[in-house]
Amino acid sequence: MAQERVQQVKGPHGGAKRGMPREKVKNPGKIIARLMRILFRNYGIHMLLVMICIVTTVFASVQGTMFTKTLIDSYITPMIGQSDPDFGPLAGAILRVALFYGLGVAAALLQARLMVYVTQGTLRNLRDQLFEHMETLPVKYFDTHAHGDIMSVYTNDIDTLRQMISQSIPQLMNSAITIVSVFAMMVSLSVPLTVLTCVMVVIMLVLSSFATKISARNFAARQKGLGALNGFIEETITGQKVVKVFCHEEESTKAFDELNEALFEVSYKAEAYSGIVGPFSTQLGNASYVICAVVGCALAINQYAGFTVGALASFLTFNKSFNMPINQITMQFNAIISALAGAERIFNLLDEEPEQDQGYVNLVNARLSSEAAGENAAQEGLTETAERTGLWAWKHTHQADGSVTYVPLRGDVTMNGVDFGYTDDKIVLHDIVLHAEPGQKVALVGSTGAGKTTITNLINRFYDIQDGKIRFDNININKIVKRDLRRSLGMVLQDTHLFTGTVKENIRYGRLDATDEEIEAAARLANADGFIRHLPDGYDTMLTGDGANLSQGQRQLLAIARAAIADPPVLILDEATSSIDTRTEKIVQDGMDKLMKGRTTFVIAHRLSTIRNADKIIVLEQGRIVEQGNHEELLEKKGRYYQLYTGKRPELAG
Amino acid sequence: MNRKDLHRKKNVIGTLARQIGDYKAVAAITPLFMVGEVVAEMVIPVLMGTLVDDGISMGNPDYVKRTGLVMLVVALLGLACGVMGAFTGSRAGSGFAKNLRKAMFDNIQKFSFASIDRFSTSSLVTRLTTDVTNVQNAFQMLIRMAMRAPSMMLVAMLMSFLISPKLASIYLAAVVLLGILLFLIMRSATAYFQKVFERYDDLNESVQENVSAIRVVKAYVREDYEITRFQKAAANIYLMFVKAELKLSWNNPLMSAVVYSCILLISWIGGHMIVAGSLTTGQLMSLLTYCMNILNSLMFLAMIFVMMTMSEASCRRIAEVINEDSSLKNPEQPVMEVKDGSIVFDHVSFAYNQKSKEPVLRDISLSIHSGESIGIIGGTGSAKSSLVSLVSRLYDVTEGSVQVGGVDVRSYDMEVLRNRVAVVLQKNVLFSGTILENLRWGNKNATREECKRACEIACADEFIDRLPDGYDTYIEQGGSNVSGGQKQRLCIARALLKNPKILIFDDSTSAVDTATDARIRKGLSEFMPDTTKLVIAQRISSVKECDRIIVMENGTVNGFGSHEELMRSNAIYREVFESQNGMAEDADFDPKQ
Repeated sequence: MAQERVQQVKGPHGGAKRGMPREKVKNPGKIIARLMRILFRNYGIHMLLVMICIVTTVFASVQGTMFTKTLIDSYITPMIGQSDPDFGPLAGAILRVALFYGLGVAAALLQARLMVYVTQGTLRNLRDQLFEHMETLPVKYFDTHAHGDIMSVYTNDIDTLRQMISQSIPQLMNSAITIVSVFAMMVSLSVPLTVLTCVMVVIMLVLSSFATKISARNFAARQKGLGALNGFIEETITGQKVVKVFCHEEESTKAFDELNEALFEVSYKAEAYSGIVGPFSTQLGNASYVICAVVGCALAINQYAGFTVGALASFLTFNKSFNMPINQITMQFNAIISALAGAERIFNLLDEEPEQDQGYVNLVNARLSSEAAGENAAQEGLTETAERTGLWAWKHTHQADGSVTYVPLRGDVTMNGVDFGYTDDKIVLHDIVLHAEPGQKVALVGSTGAGKTTITNLINRFYDIQDGKIRFDNININKIVKRDLRRSLGMVLQDTHLFTGTVKENIRYGRLDATDEEIEAAARLANADGFIRHLPDGYDTMLTGDGANLSQGQRQLLAIARAAIADPPVLILDEATSSIDTRTEKIVQDGMDKLMKGRTTFVIAHRLSTIRNADKIIVLEQGRIVEQGNHEELLEKKGRYYQLYTGKRPELAG
Repeated sequence: MNRKDLHRKKNVIGTLARQIGDYKAVAAITPLFMVGEVVAEMVIPVLMGTLVDDGISMGNPDYVKRTGLVMLVVALLGLACGVMGAFTGSRAGSGFAKNLRKAMFDNIQKFSFASIDRFSTSSLVTRLTTDVTNVQNAFQMLIRMAMRAPSMMLVAMLMSFLISPKLASIYLAAVVLLGILLFLIMRSATAYFQKVFERYDDLNESVQENVSAIRVVKAYVREDYEITRFQKAAANIYLMFVKAELKLSWNNPLMSAVVYSCILLISWIGGHMIVAGSLTTGQLMSLLTYCMNILNSLMFLAMIFVMMTMSEASCRRIAEVINEDSSLKNPEQPVMEVKDGSIVFDHVSFAYNQKSKEPVLRDISLSIHSGESIGIIGGTGSAKSSLVSLVSRLYDVTEGSVQVGGVDVRSYDMEVLRNRVAVVLQKNVLFSGTILENLRWGNKNATREECKRACEIACADEFIDRLPDGYDTYIEQGGSNVSGGQKQRLCIARALLKNPKILIFDDSTSAVDTATDARIRKGLSEFMPDTTKLVIAQRISSVKECDRIIVMENGTVNGFGSHEELMRSNAIYREVFESQNGMAEDADFDPKQ
């Protein structure tokens, strides 16, 4: 079954893909490096300040911890038993520490505020870049990627990245600095206890990586279960009305229950195993604390290497400060991996090859110049002008000598021996030869999958051909700048897409500088004026969700008005009136005929009434042209078209 | 918040809470485990204090070892509680999510067509997926943390008061102060976050539209225009987010400032107390540890508060689905048999929305005999589909009544009625599964031969036979691997298998070529002569041979009669006929051999 397009729209939800690691990140090092480059390139000074702030914060908190030791040993213990204790030194120490603390708090505040700008600024840049880049991608990209997946880059992936930049990165930096400095402090207090603490940390890491592995496996299973369930939900609810008219509710519920139950089993395990990592590291941290206390007590009692009770108190605080960042890192592990996977998808989209354009022929407004201003323009009698004249010309800048020639736009389209396939190994159009003369109406007919839409996708270069030539006014369309080529072609597509905004804005989409009067004129031409005036706010009615509050037929009328206002030299109408009833269509047809007058028009339609008056009818079958000619000629032939038109099989035709 | 809001909120919470169902026990026991874990974490510093005071200071290594052992046991108990809590909590959370999905799905199955229209498909899918995940996360957080944080605070506070009421009151003051400050920050931040989410919708919409309408964007060369539009939305989000997060950036420094102040104050006052002999060094150390515990848990509470606010919208959206009351209900003593296929419309008016002033159908009276074939024709929006949807009671009339087999459709058991009135919908759907499986939607027990028979009448056999796997060919989701015309013929065959008394085609052969369309009609009249047939069509040729034809115009019947009668008497019919000029009208065909 040949598809008209290689579209695989999987709906707006590409499966639930939140939170947990879904796939292996191919090259984490590279992604982290690229992320860092992005952060430092735009926010180098910010990041530098952030690092200074973090060092200051850590320094302040270490100073505070050290203070606990001196507090008891140097200030409080000596005063015990004194009849007239001098609290001066204690006050001094407290004031000194207060200063450090103040510094730490200020640094923390500065860091937090700086990170807001770094995070949000980076995300904004990334979003802008993503969108800008996406707009340059070829249509093929959108046809071959599930729309839900593209959407999820902007939502889920950016969101996990936000958490990573705003939380994980500063936390990691903080943890690293804390670990190093606390380690140094611990060593300075007691080497044997430090070794003990480190051994416990290693055990902790091993155990938690074990649990992480189990939970990762279950998370993968959960993702699969979630995908299966979501797929089922989406399919069933899309067909909910069919479910109802066939009284199929019970069966649907049964199938749903099975999937739901299966998901529960894996989901519960995944959550549970990831949930035990926390208690394990906390309690192992406590065990580490206890062991150090017992051993430290023994050391203090034996006065080993001048180890004091105060030193033990400090060490135990450090033991906690040492375990905490390590705990945090292990608990953040899942988040970091999923953020990296998200970053990878963001970068993949940014690295997609944009649409190539080697064109150098431009489309310009022209004016007939009787006195032939420029010598180059003399031969055609055309001069370039900035204003809209209704007369267009191709501006051909010759590469050899830089000279410029102007060729008037006439709307002559030829295809010569065109072969095309969406992929190289599957050719769907074979040896297409056709010639649309200026002002002609060319109709393409044939069954679903015969290649009608595909042909129109080639004229505007949504796709590039494998073999053959397409010429526009005798210029190879590869030489025309894509934007200019497309500006010369007005399209009304099979799937009508409207944008969020008012009716007026949607029509104006065709030509941004159109006045309100022009918009209303275009709407009248498309026979849309009537229903628009009945909308609650007329032309200012807001359309939402792809114009969901309009009927399919009304949407098509708006799309026609949009094309009408663009006033393009060549028109492509792909099933533009398929959802409009025949009576309304007849009215629209009159307007369209006015619109098409003097323009080359390609029409795809399955209603023969739309096709009949075409200058040229092209009958396609399985990617080949089987018949070509006008209505009378084709009827005369008694071939495929005759069969379509009369509904009779040719062999039966008298 | 006014009383109505409060009531609604209570309603939402009640609806959701009921769905915990079988997982009440695990949900209730989880906080207990969490409290156990907290107690263990709290007791350890106390043991630590006595260990220093009574063990080390007294030079009693035995005491140190003994207390150390006790501490390890406590840690082990804490671990056990933590692990159990993780398991019960996950079970409760996943179970709750399962029940929420089930409750929604079950109710959706009961939805009337009006409800299906009101909630869009995509919104229902989001509610069943993303919203459930949000609520599950919040719920898990709630049962694991909501008890843990306050109990940790409580225990730590209690311990502090036992050691020294004087010093502990400093904590109390700090908690109150920090609590008020955090509340103020969070409240102003959440207001901004709510705005951020709205802006997010704008941004996503912009992306969604560009992804799906990329052909329009490119055809009109509007890339730059779209980029400007997007960047405006992105800049808006940036501004809102920065405002919200700058507020939140006060959280941690404020918290540190309060913690540090407490430490310094305790050190100063505690120092004096130790010197005066009313406090030991070990007790001071314990107090300093509790300081962190108390204020940390306060921070946690603030976070839970934020998470709850964020999941509130999801909760509401889920409750809406669960509480949606299907307006169509089976009568008390339903009629279980449909006598024949006659249909009567008795002064029927109908509006999709009870409140809307403009009814879609106005005062329609029709009488159709059993076995008659009726064509329905009319312009876009003339309410053809609305008319036929009343026959199988997909919607209820606003005024008047619809009778099938001489009985008001509202008196039938809905399943009985819908099994006797087969509808081939305009927007029809095939489901993933084999062709045979899809056909058996019409009749679970249909044999292969019966299925083949239906396909022959629907002219679907010719293409099915050419498929490599024949009737076992797998249909992809949404029927994406068959053409429009093939899909329509399969949907017709599926409806035929119901062996209905009334058969309704809502523009069901629009993608089938004229010749095949004619053969389907011929097959129907030949093999199902007793079945009443209602056929909505755009083409005159599809309805021309019907016994009678209804011409719809703006929700009223403009004409009702045979082709010849209407050609004579009905202007609209004539106009439609002339616009099609009596010829075959459709060129979208499937290749035949």
